[in-house]
Amino acid sequence: MKTKLSADNLNISFGSKHVLKNVSVQFEENKITALIGPSGCGKSTLLRSFNRMHDLVPYAKIQGSIKLEDQDIYAKNIPVTEIRKRIGMVFQKANPFPKSIYDNIAYGLKINNLPHDKSVIEKALTEAFLWDEVKDDLKMPAHRLSGGQQQRLCIARAVALRPEVILMDEPCSALDPVSTIKIEELILHLKEKYTIAIVTHNMQQAQRIADHTYFMYLGEVKESGLTQDIFEHPKHEMTKNYINGVFG
Amino acid sequence: MQLNKFKLSSIIEWGTLVGTTLIVCFFLVVILFEIVSKGAGSISWEFISSVPKEGMTKGGILTPIIGTVLITLITALFSIPFGVCCAIYLNEYAENNWLTRIIRAAIRNLSGVPSIIYGLFGLALFVQTLQLGTSLFAAGLTLGLLSLPYIITTTEEALMQIPNSTREAALAVGATKFETIKDVVIPSAVPGILTGVVLTLSRAAGETAPILFTGAAFYISDTNGYLNQEFMALPYHLYMLSTQHQSIDEVRPIAYGTALILILVVFVLNLSAFYIRYKFRKNEN
Repeated sequence: MKTKLSADNLNISFGSKHVLKNVSVQFEENKITALIGPSGCGKSTLLRSFNRMHDLVPYAKIQGSIKLEDQDIYAKNIPVTEIRKRIGMVFQKANPFPKSIYDNIAYGLKINNLPHDKSVIEKALTEAFLWDEVKDDLKMPAHRLSGGQQQRLCIARAVALRPEVILMDEPCSALDPVSTIKIEELILHLKEKYTIAIVTHNMQQAQRIADHTYFMYLGEVKESGLTQDIFEHPKHEMTKNYINGVFG
Repeated sequence: MQLNKFKLSSIIEWGTLVGTTLIVCFFLVVILFEIVSKGAGSISWEFISSVPKEGMTKGGILTPIIGTVLITLITALFSIPFGVCCAIYLNEYAENNWLTRIIRAAIRNLSGVPSIIYGLFGLALFVQTLQLGTSLFAAGLTLGLLSLPYIITTTEEALMQIPNSTREAALAVGATKFETIKDVVIPSAVPGILTGVVLTLSRAAGETAPILFTGAAFYISDTNGYLNQEFMALPYHLYMLSTQHQSIDEVRPIAYGTALILILVVFVLNLSAFYIRYKFRKNEN
């Protein structure tokens, strides 16, 4: 299997807070990799470092390398906007632009000088299982959609750019069970085309959709492997306790 | 017993709140009634379309109306671009260090400085040092200075209302920082910014002290409107008619009429702020 995105000996600190310690991970192409671990273990920090969201934090210090195939994404000569186009992101809380449904998809295409005619918009919305629900209301403000629909719109916005990797930061944590199932089906469907990394607090969700799982604790990767192995035969006591809900 | 006690205290709470609200409304109504009842008589098309005549005892108030409109425009042209850009810099670009904290504190303090100080500062800077003379332009710049802290503060607050997740959404699809601000942050903040701007301008339109030494004239018998000349303005006109005129009793109706027009101008400005907000809300939902 081909490794699409990887971090090697990654250390991230915010001021005096050392958040990630020698973290190395590999996300394989067309697979879903889940990052699990208790709150504050650094899994969101790790995920956000892959599309350079920490660039906004002036006191963030990042050491180690992150590679998209062979490209160092923190290399000086590569524009950050190019990285974010190739590595898309879906956030914890749906954050559609305060624009129409149509413009929510078109905006990213426009600023990247990609074609943004109706067929492209339709394709992205179809891919996110949203087209049938919104095809008659494309001019409607995105904020009128339900929470689950908004999150699928955000996924459509990300896939519209044809990224290589999609990062998802607890995409279902604010959603009801029905919307969650829909998004999980969508994620499983998307892995045919994209490499997906997902942060989740939901153990069942990790088991339902992830091929690989990384268990993190206090800024370190404690255990990793095939999802089935991790959940059925955890090597570490800590992993076992966490997935059984002893702490979290 | 317990229930009665609860009832009594809730009646007192309710009564206090309603009572204070009614007292405030009472004074508001009295002021408005006083001005409308005494000013309505002198309002006519002729009153607002003709210039003051015979030492302001006759004629209308066209000259001060034009002056107030023009000076508000100059104030807007000067304070909106500078104020909004400054707020964008402070909220979106500036690092949160001791320097920006001092700048921010200074701006907050400036909005509490009495307006007469701005008048004297305008006199020293625009009228004398920059040699603009007592003129419409100098007075407009002075009012612009007075408005700046309000515009910066309200704009910054409008920008702060925009959650970071909205900025991240734009960055995540490959927008640059500038594109994010231009295409997503500012459009979301426009209702808040415009409301602050219009309320600030309506305040500036009613100011007297800052234009006192910088360009407002006691009496101009012709319509004015030259940047480099003195002008008449509604609030100053009202002040003159009420306290400085040689025949105060004779011009009293004109003073009330002027007060009514000034209130109407400010009211219309405030209404437009409400309209702007309403329109943007409708677009959003």
